[in-house]
Amino acid sequence: MKIILYIIQKEFKQIFRNKGMLPIIFVLPLLQLVILSNAATFEVKNIKFGYIDNDHTSTSRALVEKFNASTYFNVLTDFPSEALANSSMLKGEVDVLLQIPHYFERDLQKEKHNNLGVTINAIDGAAAGVENVYITQIVQRFNQNIKVDILQVSDKQIQPIAIETIPLFWYNKTLNYKTFMVPGILVLLVTMITLFLSGMNIVREKEIGTLEQINVTPIKKSQFIIGKLFPFWVIGMGLLTVGLILAKVIFNIPIIGSLPLLYLYTSIYILVILGIGLFISNFTNTQQQAMFIAWFFTVIFILMSGLFTPIESMPKWAQTITEFNPIKYFVEVMRMVMLKGSGFMDILPQLLKTLLYAFIMNALAVWSYKKTN
Amino acid sequence: MKRFIGFIKKEFYHIFRDRRSLFILFGMPIAQIMLFGFAITNEINNVDIAVLDHSKDATTKEIINKISTSKYFSINQFIDREADIETIFKKGKVKAVLNFEEGFSKNLIKNNKATIQIITDATDPNTANTISNYVNAILQQYQKGLNKHITIAYQIVPETRMVYNPELKSVYMFVPGVMTIILMLVSAMMTSISITREKELGTMEILLVSPIKPIQVIIGKVFPYIFLSIINAIVIVVLSIFIFKMPVQGSLFLLAFESVLFIITALALGILISTISATQQTAMMISLMGLMLPVILLSGFIFPISSMPLPLQVISNIIPAKWFIIIIKGIMLKGVGLQYLWKETLILVGMTIFFIGLSVKKYKIRLE
Repeated sequence: MKIILYIIQKEFKQIFRNKGMLPIIFVLPLLQLVILSNAATFEVKNIKFGYIDNDHTSTSRALVEKFNASTYFNVLTDFPSEALANSSMLKGEVDVLLQIPHYFERDLQKEKHNNLGVTINAIDGAAAGVENVYITQIVQRFNQNIKVDILQVSDKQIQPIAIETIPLFWYNKTLNYKTFMVPGILVLLVTMITLFLSGMNIVREKEIGTLEQINVTPIKKSQFIIGKLFPFWVIGMGLLTVGLILAKVIFNIPIIGSLPLLYLYTSIYILVILGIGLFISNFTNTQQQAMFIAWFFTVIFILMSGLFTPIESMPKWAQTITEFNPIKYFVEVMRMVMLKGSGFMDILPQLLKTLLYAFIMNALAVWSYKKTN
Repeated sequence: MKRFIGFIKKEFYHIFRDRRSLFILFGMPIAQIMLFGFAITNEINNVDIAVLDHSKDATTKEIINKISTSKYFSINQFIDREADIETIFKKGKVKAVLNFEEGFSKNLIKNNKATIQIITDATDPNTANTISNYVNAILQQYQKGLNKHITIAYQIVPETRMVYNPELKSVYMFVPGVMTIILMLVSAMMTSISITREKELGTMEILLVSPIKPIQVIIGKVFPYIFLSIINAIVIVVLSIFIFKMPVQGSLFLLAFESVLFIITALALGILISTISATQQTAMMISLMGLMLPVILLSGFIFPISSMPLPLQVISNIIPAKWFIIIIKGIMLKGVGLQYLWKETLILVGMTIFFIGLSVKKYKIRLE
């Protein structure tokens, strides 16, 4: 026990002696939490909107005005010609282009029906879909207004059947993205810090040659590993704590569920990450290799965690892969406990899987550590 | 000059001797782009929805059937009480509950009007909103069928044309993004430790007393990595064209030129990190912790930059990846040439010069 304490002491000293490292461990992640959480929004607004009005009548102007009044669209330019509009679209200055045809008003009055050209930059398919919905809504409302203005009594006789839908958004009534993203980004930061630090740590001693010196001392492997990893576990838990405080104070993220439950889960989760880090350390010779591998898995873990894109939309084989993704479970648990107040029984599946994962990873790590020496 | 070439040779040997690193370097990007190209989508498919049907009549059955046969949703759970909504949401699998009012069919016939509540788990606002929109669209379609005999007067119909990506494939969005993060991070990480390693292992002093100029040391260090990154870029582009059917509407030559430019920008950034950090560990942490999330979040890779708050839109301008993503999408999907992309290109050139200039300056300071 005493030996472990000494090792822990040594490791802590080593971390805190490195002045260049301290801001990277503590300031950089929290700064990113505060800044980047604002970036992660799928909301589509400030759409760059341009139009070509070939009609120049009160109706066409009224229609453009409707877009202007909408908060989603930034009406930028009235293009005098299609060529100019297209070139602007190619430059990326405009993402939605409305084309009002010649004789728009006249034809509308005559035929009671008219078409409107809409061009959408669809490279971001999801955003394009949303933009399309906005445009349809604005035009529909415009239609309604014309109807009220010009509708004859005879048109009113048959009332159409209507199914009314009432959308209710639970747990996040205002559809605030930060509520969703802050817990997720906090997960990433805790994971990245603990993984990168632990992954590099032992391989560093290998590279510099000090590992052999430790190996010839009477210390047991298990003591050595525990002593090595414990400080990172503490750093991870500390980061979580500060992150939660910031989430509450700066973003006012609700923490509905039980904090002890959250800490219980995190304490097991970090063991998984440390196990992975140690495992990587054992299989590499240089810090560079270790970091490339850590980076490789982190990018995969992040993008397939359900943090930014929904897991259930992935193909079945990819969903199977996500079962092995620790970040996925942590993101789920954080969001469930913090935002919905899910209890112990609700997160039990995730908790058990993480526990099993922690056991397997650390067993593998300790086993492979013995083998390489 | 001869001395310089000798130095470059040494660096090449250094890299190619380390087979394991090379394997990692080339294997990883391939695995990643395959995985992400196929797996990641921000579309919504097979979302689990539960139903609370107070009415259980022919119409509600028909609507439930319509919704569950759409590819967006799968309906597996039926609940009986309002109180159960909370319980299933807390378990986390079900994302929405459709709540049909009592006497749905009767109301529709008698009052021409009936109500459905769409209760969504809005912890994920995007999914919640999309679910709500899609259900609405399905219901509207259904309604149209009921109202066939009524023609509605005065209709303006938007005829929408989706350009550059008519099928709204999300792979068109993700492949350029993944390509960018791979090139950016791999390149920056490679060079970020190249100088720190020499410092840490003590070989830096040998370099310092040699007659090679600082600028030559830096160029010599970067040079082999340009080769490695170019091979990486070629592999990625070939994969995206042949496997993900990404078009290259514009000039392949321009794409190659811009990729090389971006690689050099990233390598230069790596060198800068290398000159300011004392140990490999610090260098790695700066390039990994400092670059990964900003590149993913602020480059327009996943989240639209125009929707971000203004200060972040301003900050996004200093992320080189943002400009490269605009360039790749321009060349591959829009088919535009340099006359449309000169601004982005110049910005990358400017950043590169800035990074290199600063590294040379920092490096010199250490010499004294």
